[in-house]
Amino acid sequence: MTQPKLDTSPPVSDEVRRTTCYMCACRCGINVHMKGGKVAYIEGNRDHPVNRGVLCAKGSAGIMQVNAPSRLRAPLKRVGPRGSGEFEEISWDEALELATSWLKPLRDKAPEKLAFFTGRDQSQSFTGWWAQQFGTPNFAAHGGFCSVNMAAAGIYTMGGAFWEFGQPDWDHTKLFILFGVAEDHDSNPIKMGLGKIKARGARVVGVNPIRSGYNAVADDWLGITPGTDGLLILSLIHVLMMAGKIDLDYLARYTNAPVLVNGDPKSPDYGLLLRDAQGRELVIDRATGRLTPFDQPGVRPDLSASHRHAGVTHRPVMHLMAERYLDEKYAPETVAQETGIPAQKIRALASEIARVAFDEAITLNREWTDFRGETHKTMTGRPVSFHAMRGISAHSNGFQTARALHVLQILLGAVETPGGMRFKPPYPKPATAHPKPHCGVTPGAPLDGPHLGYVQGPDDLCLRDDGTAARIDKAYTWENPMSAHGLMHMVISNAHAGDPYKIDTLFMYMANMSWNSSMNTGGVMKMLTDTDDNGDYVIPRIIYSDAYSSEMVAYADLVLPDTTYLERHDCISLLDRPICEADAAADAIRWPVVTPDREVRGFQSVLLDLGARLGLPGMVDDAGGPKYADYADYIVNHERKPGIGPLAGWRTGGDGRGAPNPDQLQRYIDNGGFWVGHIPENAAYYKPWNTAYQDWAVDLGLFDSPQPYLFQLYVEPLRRFQLAAEGHGDRQPPDHLRERIKTTLDPLPVWYAPFEDGHADPVEYPIHALTQRPMAMYHSWGSQNAWLRQLHGVNPLYLPTKLWEKHGFEDGDWAQVSSVHGTITVPVAHMAALNENTVWTWNAIGKRKGTWALDENAPEARKGFLLNHLIHELLPPRGDGMRWSNSDPVTGQAAWFDLRVKIEKVPPPDRSQPAYPAIKSPVGQGPDTLAWKVRK
Amino acid sequence: MTDLPTTTTRKLGLVIDLDTCVGCHACVISCKGWNTENYGAPLSDTDAYGADPSGTFLNRVHSYEVQPDTGGAAQLVHFPKSCLHCENAPCVTVCPTGASYKRVEDGIVLVNESDCIGCGLCAWACPYGAREMDAVEKVMKKCTLCVDRIYNENLSHEDREPACVRTCPAGARHFGDLADSSSKVSQLVAERGGIDLMPEQGTAPVNQYLPPRPRDQLDQIDVLAPYLEPVADAPRGFLGWLDRALDALPGGKE
Repeated sequence: MTQPKLDTSPPVSDEVRRTTCYMCACRCGINVHMKGGKVAYIEGNRDHPVNRGVLCAKGSAGIMQVNAPSRLRAPLKRVGPRGSGEFEEISWDEALELATSWLKPLRDKAPEKLAFFTGRDQSQSFTGWWAQQFGTPNFAAHGGFCSVNMAAAGIYTMGGAFWEFGQPDWDHTKLFILFGVAEDHDSNPIKMGLGKIKARGARVVGVNPIRSGYNAVADDWLGITPGTDGLLILSLIHVLMMAGKIDLDYLARYTNAPVLVNGDPKSPDYGLLLRDAQGRELVIDRATGRLTPFDQPGVRPDLSASHRHAGVTHRPVMHLMAERYLDEKYAPETVAQETGIPAQKIRALASEIARVAFDEAITLNREWTDFRGETHKTMTGRPVSFHAMRGISAHSNGFQTARALHVLQILLGAVETPGGMRFKPPYPKPATAHPKPHCGVTPGAPLDGPHLGYVQGPDDLCLRDDGTAARIDKAYTWENPMSAHGLMHMVISNAHAGDPYKIDTLFMYMANMSWNSSMNTGGVMKMLTDTDDNGDYVIPRIIYSDAYSSEMVAYADLVLPDTTYLERHDCISLLDRPICEADAAADAIRWPVVTPDREVRGFQSVLLDLGARLGLPGMVDDAGGPKYADYADYIVNHERKPGIGPLAGWRTGGDGRGAPNPDQLQRYIDNGGFWVGHIPENAAYYKPWNTAYQDWAVDLGLFDSPQPYLFQLYVEPLRRFQLAAEGHGDRQPPDHLRERIKTTLDPLPVWYAPFEDGHADPVEYPIHALTQRPMAMYHSWGSQNAWLRQLHGVNPLYLPTKLWEKHGFEDGDWAQVSSVHGTITVPVAHMAALNENTVWTWNAIGKRKGTWALDENAPEARKGFLLNHLIHELLPPRGDGMRWSNSDPVTGQAAWFDLRVKIEKVPPPDRSQPAYPAIKSPVGQGPDTLAWKVRK
Repeated sequence: MTDLPTTTTRKLGLVIDLDTCVGCHACVISCKGWNTENYGAPLSDTDAYGADPSGTFLNRVHSYEVQPDTGGAAQLVHFPKSCLHCENAPCVTVCPTGASYKRVEDGIVLVNESDCIGCGLCAWACPYGAREMDAVEKVMKKCTLCVDRIYNENLSHEDREPACVRTCPAGARHFGDLADSSSKVSQLVAERGGIDLMPEQGTAPVNQYLPPRPRDQLDQIDVLAPYLEPVADAPRGFLGWLDRALDALPGGKE
């Protein structure tokens, strides 16, 4: 037999252009293979620190995104009623003049009347700066409805959390415990890490109501009841403390466990930490028995000794923790019913944690010197590591739950030690090293400082003189004092209600607020289209920027079309949310590997143009002309302070600090789109206390002087809010919030039931309802992608066996699902590997008819659905005359996963309910058949 | 009828780790991208933005729930599936034109598209459902093991592997010569008890699957083991222990 002759070495491409992916938030490096000037194939960049060559389904499908028929083509001006989708195309000049004519009078007279909120963009240090120069206090990105609980709990506790802040020590960890998960947060690194530790046979434990994805490959699965993770973690802490399986040496040296706390209930300082005149926390030195600042050379802080001072007994934090967590209310037997995890299983997990942490401790022969000047010959770690994101965050008890997880890691001595959790530069960075929030408005001038930050107590809240909120989203108020990322999910409802005040222009970027990014989706559509007695829109003007024909486009008066990610400049900056690794600082760029074939512009360049037209400081030159030609010009030449700019690599004179380098972008392009600066080996662990790391960070420009600090098992700022609620101090909360603040802003981690349990009758609504994000889709973006939508074009509601059988469901059936707030009718499917009281579906598969260039009968628009219709931004009334926010009381994070529902079987309707009328598409519908090669 | 080679010099194939596959579909889309642009006709999609989108894929991931007989918790197994490049490939012997063939030098099963008449017999003969007829080109498409990558002199040595293997984020896919007992893939199969898919079919597949490790073994830990022996049963007792334990630390009281 003769075989056909085959060319096994065909040319792969004319050229490879290396840039950064943006098919989700993970920011992998990609090789874009070009043929004839067009994108032919995309693969992972092997040199890139984030993904080391691998790439997920989304990343490989990027070619279908840059060719998506849903791409917007030109600026749009609304000509029909809001929500209709009727637009006319206008020129960029007309669009920018129109926006300027709306915004200029606001800046001159009342800058707060602009509310500027951005969604999933990765340029928040830039967009925030723009908003600050405009002068409005009303800026935030999407963190408030995403994972601010995890981030804020981490920052306040130890100076960082997971993902961009830190990662498990994949090379050394021997037990990895995953709570919840959001697949696009650290997407490829988690998969790579799982592969690594499985290859060496280490144990993976998944704690999640749903056993899919990463939990499906976990060696052990704890199918926990949603919203009870905090209780499980505190029970683990109970068992480990009871058994003495905590790292006392670590706790004494590096945490505030030995710091003394005022124990006099009558004192105005009750519960505050004892400090010296310079504000340094005080401990008892076990060697001398004397009171001393924690950071002095030779000090051995005592975890046990108490201290009488000015007639008041001060006890170390460790005492308070023992009192709280040894209580039987955290015993496995007590929490088993609530968590749905048998006591035996909780003890078994605690036992495994204890065994690995203390019997399998690992030691690296690396000498290092701590901030007290003591040199250690080795680095010893307890190789237990954790990861969690939105699964445990998006509850009304999420902040305290995330706190509990961080405290558990610290008790084990498993943070910044080999095998545990490791920070990524510029983290660790404690709350005290971050700015405080600013809200000081002066018409015609910039805001008095950056919008977002970390409050230390009531004095830092963003309140006006009359006590009302200074910000439209009511961030940093008594309702949610530590709202470090703002509350994007409250902006539209507050603007519609004129509470705390009316605004004029709502300006949003990359946030699908009239669909999957809002709670109460139908209500939001009404608010966006509602008119007053004069027939004018209640929210007078809406400007929106998006690259695609999303649901939100139809609700804008002016649409500024963005480019796709392969047609633009971006910087993934150390000033923002960088791509660093535990062993290296790193940042990256995007650059236009193809030129847009439409009248679209990168949003950041448009903002700079708008800023120049408005004459914003820093965006105009001395002659009043535009200071920056475009975003690329800004990336290279903007300096946040002398020598520090958006990119750290290849500055004039070196990396990190240095004058702008006109060749900087080309250097990044030549290097594969990124820059990496490695951390010396002796600086790679114990970063908050390691002098070598601190010095390295100062050299790089991450901070200006070494800033060693203690991990905060006990978070004093929380206690300051409690003290206010107890009646101390000048700035007082409203009476109706006092009890809630006392209960929920506890300085030690605490668990309380999700708020919805107290508003929706758990007997009538006995089922928990969740969403998950498929690994192959990112929010709504996947549906426009011809390849990805074939993987996840439908999203049934998955029911556990108990409910499936109880209601007599069969394949093809539909259910009516009701919460206190609303009702949806949706297709169902059976799943056995599921908590028995939980139902779930994929997030954001459902689409509104007429959007994303899909056929009106696309399965996404016909059978797809959103759980968002069942979730309200406010909790249901409960007869106290108040409407409580459906958010975490500490940070204001949207409590998506507190949702309770009931279900019943119903005859199949012709499409999922509720169904909304079609939106007129500004881009038409995509082609029928795709069968092309770039160059055939 | 088309003849199979009596032996092949090498047996190139995939080893897929079902213990590690998270079901992310990275391999599915990377394959779609490479093979749309390379070997033979592009992998088309019909009704791409419509009510019933349907495209050609050479590799798909299926998920199966497993409920242990012992009554333990249900499990989910992600199962990627593409052509297994069988030694006794029924898709080849059934081909009326000789378009389907198995390469002598490496055992890769390919379709010579210029000879394919789109009759579909091979897809019927394949017990794994691993071949797909392209709706636009009307030729049979299947996994080529990226024959245009693995020998491609325009690629760096490390990139000469199938697109699905190169992209797999969890490292659950391995490529190599299963005829060579010293190869990494053969060793993995030996260590982890790799299995043939549906051996009763007698197809002698080259691709191997590594089974999931046993799950949910945590319950077998003896919680009375020394790790959780209480040091105290009340806060006061704990503080006494704390004091003694601190004394025992380096630098504590002698």
